[in-house]
Amino acid sequence: MATPNTPLWEVFIRSRNGLAHKHVGSLHASDATMALQAARDIYTRRGEGLSIWVVPSTAITASDPAEKGMMFEPAESKIYRHPTFYEVPEEVGHM
Amino acid sequence: MYTQALNTAETDDRGLEDAVRAAQFQARIDAEERIEPNDWMPAAYRKTLTRQISQHAHSEIVGMLPEGNWITRAPTLRRKAALLAKVQDECGHGLYLYAAAETLGSSREELVDAMLAGKAKYSSIFNYPTLTWADIGTIGWLVDGAAIMNQIPLCRCSYGPYARAMIRVCKEESFHQRQGYEIMLTLCRGSDEQKAMAQDALNRWWWPVLMMFGPPDATSQHSDTSTKWKIKRFSNDELRQKFVDATVPQAQYLGLTIPDPGMTQDADGHWRYSEIDWTEFKQVLAGNGPCNRDRMAARRKAHDDGAWVREAAAAYAAKRAQRQTAQAAE
Repeated sequence: MATPNTPLWEVFIRSRNGLAHKHVGSLHASDATMALQAARDIYTRRGEGLSIWVVPSTAITASDPAEKGMMFEPAESKIYRHPTFYEVPEEVGHM
Repeated sequence: MYTQALNTAETDDRGLEDAVRAAQFQARIDAEERIEPNDWMPAAYRKTLTRQISQHAHSEIVGMLPEGNWITRAPTLRRKAALLAKVQDECGHGLYLYAAAETLGSSREELVDAMLAGKAKYSSIFNYPTLTWADIGTIGWLVDGAAIMNQIPLCRCSYGPYARAMIRVCKEESFHQRQGYEIMLTLCRGSDEQKAMAQDALNRWWWPVLMMFGPPDATSQHSDTSTKWKIKRFSNDELRQKFVDATVPQAQYLGLTIPDPGMTQDADGHWRYSEIDWTEFKQVLAGNGPCNRDRMAARRKAHDDGAWVREAAAAYAAKRAQRQTAQAAE
């Protein structure tokens, strides 16, 4: 019997309390349990994490880099969202 | 973790592609932007990287064999635990790299099959045997040392997933080199026989290690494209010279002699080595090294012996998925 291609998983690790899970890489595994164990062996051999998430890569919806201009335009034109847009006299001090 | 001059580029076939996009792509590279998997890239860039990264991955996996050979015979429990951890790291490095290569569009199965079929290369250094325990020290010290020289510039490679994988690898690689040097130091401070064993290992590995950096710049035809694409940032000869300059004082500290009687030090401090025997390199690459057949046979056997595990895992996952669907329907 031909073995089907083993599914791909994305691995996220939270390195310390208070930090968010961060993407560290991907791996292949047949199911979620094996994916978690493989993630431990591949990505946390030196105490890199306190918690691991594995997510099937197929479950991720990504924005299209080719359309990033259109996608992020609404933020780029709004410089008044940044604190430095507003003038505060020096005499007022740090604000 | 090991890469040698696997970084040769495909012939340029961008004539068929949108010249405007190619120019934009080059502008991004020139601006030191990182290229990500879903970005547009020239077909030759994709092909070159797929080959380089997958061959790098194969090298990590085949590289487990010469060292794995000594795990059960390590002289102490401390050495055994360290060697086991090192070989495990090599496996991990292979897996990071396969994952990076896959982002370019080939499946893991395709990449592995190409290696097992003998269509994809791996670093020729692993076609040499590990005859004594001193070979394990020498591999850590020199083979991993040469690999670090090669890999540090790859952390700034233009392709994001490759660069990120290399950052992880380089962090772990330093342990490998230090454990190797420590083995050499212990042997060199030991009995005359132990020191002779260390010298013998250095004699056998020195020239193959220098070959790891690939053919001399004068005969390397493809580096231009890789350099232009910022996959490669230093030439083979530049990296080789850096390695020699770093290694000579380390050998002197050990009291070992580099097996190159013609070696001299320039006024500017660089160590000049003698001509490398490139016919040996070509022979090993062509499959005629001391262990080429052994290595391929061992990989194929491991792959075949593991087939039932992959099948069982896939069957179990399918059964569980089916049960979940049935339960959801109830």
